[in-house]
Amino acid sequence: MDIALAPHAHDEHPHGLMRWLTTTNHKDIGTLYLWFSLSMFLFAGALAMVIRAELFQPGLQLVDPMQFNRLTSMHGLIMIFGAIMPAFVGFANWQVPLMIGAPDMAFPRLNNWSFWLLPVAATLLLASFFVPGGALAAGWTMYPPLFIQGGIAYDMTILAVHVLGLSSIMGAINIITTILNLRAPGMTLMKMPLFVWTWLITAYLLVAVMPVLASVITMLLTDRHFGTHFFNAAGGGDPVMFQHIFWFFGHPEVYIMILPAFGIISTIIPTFARKKLFGYTSMVYAVASIALLSFIVWAHHMFTTGMPVAGQLFFMYSTMLIAIPTGVKVFNWVATIWRGSITFETPMLFAITVVCLFTIGGFSGLVLALVPVDIQLQDTYYVVAHFHYVLFSGAAMSIMGGVYYWLPKWTGHRYDETLGKWHFWLTTIAFNLTFFPMHFLGLAGMPRRIPDYALQFADFNMIASLGGFVLGAAQLLFVYVVVKCIRGGEPAGERPWDGADTLEWTLPSPPPYHSFTTPPKID
Amino acid sequence: MSEHAHATTSYYVPPPSRWPIVGSCALLAIASGFVLLLAKVAAGPWVMALGAAILVYMLVGWFGSVIRENQAGLLEGQVDTSFRWGMVWFIFSEVMFFAGFFGALFYARNFAVPALGEAEMLWPGYAGTWPTTGPGITDPFTPMAAWGIPAVNTLILLSSGATVTWAHWGLQKGERGQIKLGLVLTIGLGLLFLGLQIHEYAEAPFTLKSGIYGATFYMLTGFHGLHVTLGVIMLTVITGRVFAGHFSAARHFGFAAVSWYWHFVDVVWLMLFVVVYWL
Repeated sequence: MDIALAPHAHDEHPHGLMRWLTTTNHKDIGTLYLWFSLSMFLFAGALAMVIRAELFQPGLQLVDPMQFNRLTSMHGLIMIFGAIMPAFVGFANWQVPLMIGAPDMAFPRLNNWSFWLLPVAATLLLASFFVPGGALAAGWTMYPPLFIQGGIAYDMTILAVHVLGLSSIMGAINIITTILNLRAPGMTLMKMPLFVWTWLITAYLLVAVMPVLASVITMLLTDRHFGTHFFNAAGGGDPVMFQHIFWFFGHPEVYIMILPAFGIISTIIPTFARKKLFGYTSMVYAVASIALLSFIVWAHHMFTTGMPVAGQLFFMYSTMLIAIPTGVKVFNWVATIWRGSITFETPMLFAITVVCLFTIGGFSGLVLALVPVDIQLQDTYYVVAHFHYVLFSGAAMSIMGGVYYWLPKWTGHRYDETLGKWHFWLTTIAFNLTFFPMHFLGLAGMPRRIPDYALQFADFNMIASLGGFVLGAAQLLFVYVVVKCIRGGEPAGERPWDGADTLEWTLPSPPPYHSFTTPPKID
Repeated sequence: MSEHAHATTSYYVPPPSRWPIVGSCALLAIASGFVLLLAKVAAGPWVMALGAAILVYMLVGWFGSVIRENQAGLLEGQVDTSFRWGMVWFIFSEVMFFAGFFGALFYARNFAVPALGEAEMLWPGYAGTWPTTGPGITDPFTPMAAWGIPAVNTLILLSSGATVTWAHWGLQKGERGQIKLGLVLTIGLGLLFLGLQIHEYAEAPFTLKSGIYGATFYMLTGFHGLHVTLGVIMLTVITGRVFAGHFSAARHFGFAAVSWYWHFVDVVWLMLFVVVYWL
């Protein structure tokens, strides 16, 4: 704590709980982020299990409609802010300093705070289940006027999201500064591994839009308690204004959750195809274009709330433009695999599956970008299917692939390949079983966020629920594989993947507490 | 000696620190206290005050250790560059925070209010022109005039931007007297600005509840005022450091960061003056 300790004294760190509470080490903090993310993933996943159990049959079985709304709202909110975003920040913490040859993150103490704000937010959100009126039931998007009418839990949600935003902004500033200022000598921007590039751009998006979310939820708070009329037409305000400001944050947020996944896929595929990433430069420009376009497409989330035709056309075409850089990425991944010496270890299975399934999610996104189609499909299960193909088989499965890929480096042990493959196949099959039928349900007109449905939707819903239960159970296997790998296994050596060529593989597994005390030279 | 040699050749990674977790406890107390306050539980303000006290303790302790490390020469070269990047991106995030509220004002004036004026079925006879408290609030109201106190406040803040730059020149020339005078003048102008804002609020012919005009006016000027307050506190800290003999022409990140922040607050005010008071 005191500088009297001298610079080298901190190679010795406290043990037990104090190590984790006070750590300034990027690997410790990365580990904390990943465990936090896993626990929130299991919790929000458990909420989804109840949703699927309720929807197993038509009629009201397990939960009342209000409780159902709480489940869907909190499932979304916690998966986004508690599971996916922290997982990627965990990867950034572990991998960015290792991949650019830095001694640590640029602001190690701030890094600690970015993590330890997450439990504060989680405490508020979890406690909100037990306050009078129950947890948030107005959807994770918090639309007024419904949100304005909620109870104490809604204030707790606002404050939790403020704290999460603070954490994200500080984390993002840390990552940007680390990447801009702490690269090893010789590592120019265009020599950075693509994972680092995707995180640089993601962090930029975070700093740009999290404050906008903070401003709009502050307006919600003052509308609720202090008599402002931002979203009340009687006072000259407009509930649709909330949607505009929220989605100005919300659409870049979608890319915040997918660009680091692109980075992970772009790392795994070259390793197991044993070829260099095809079209590195175009990949960098594609990521940057996707990020810039994300600022001018927000209103495609609100085609049904009313806007001039010129506005609808603009947002439709700008949305469809995103398909071009995304297509560049998909074709580059395919071209990287083409004629490679491919092996199919678990990370590669996940990566290839992500490319296929994310592409389905991208295509259904294009369908939804079409104004006349979107007006039909708004708030149906087609939308639910679309964003789960993007967020589960895009983001979450990339995270799983990344965990398998780097576990040997992080723990020093090889994971159980057989069990890993079991987890992969169970997840992939169960995922498609759960979410593919939702396309049909949506096209047939089944609305989302409703606990009951008409009889003709029963068969597909039963299939989706069965798939959902298998999908949930398969994640317990994932936890088992990870814990087993941490506790022991075949020694991984420095470089368990012979096709891997980024800097982290030049260090022992697990890497020493302080990775690059002298920066490596890059030529 | 070897410690200093070490510090200049490799990046300084601070030892484990208890300040972040103390800060998290503070924010948990502030947030829980605020929730209790909104739920009208009597303990709310006390829990918030406890959290605020912990937060102040954390800020003093954390910034204190950074300042001591800096005085020990641990934060030079590459670390100094990191701090500069960090401050630049922090200010960018602040710009985006204000952008949300400016966006609300823009949307309300250009889309929401005119649309309400056209909605004859809902509020017949409502003109839908700016400034307005909306169709449902019929209390008479007068918008804030630009060319009284707000114009004076613009001059005050612009002058304070000049005085802080003058202090910066003094720092570059090594003239300690000029730095001190420049900073004290800047703080004085900042306090004068805040005093006039408080006066303006006290005399204002409308409140936060006066429809969209009152909401956007008070949220924008209020958050700006909070940032000016924060800026004055930051200026006071670095003035104290100048009196303690800190900062040199070559090394003065703390000073630079505060002056950037002050200029940012200045620019936000100029935009406020144009779109909130004037147009």
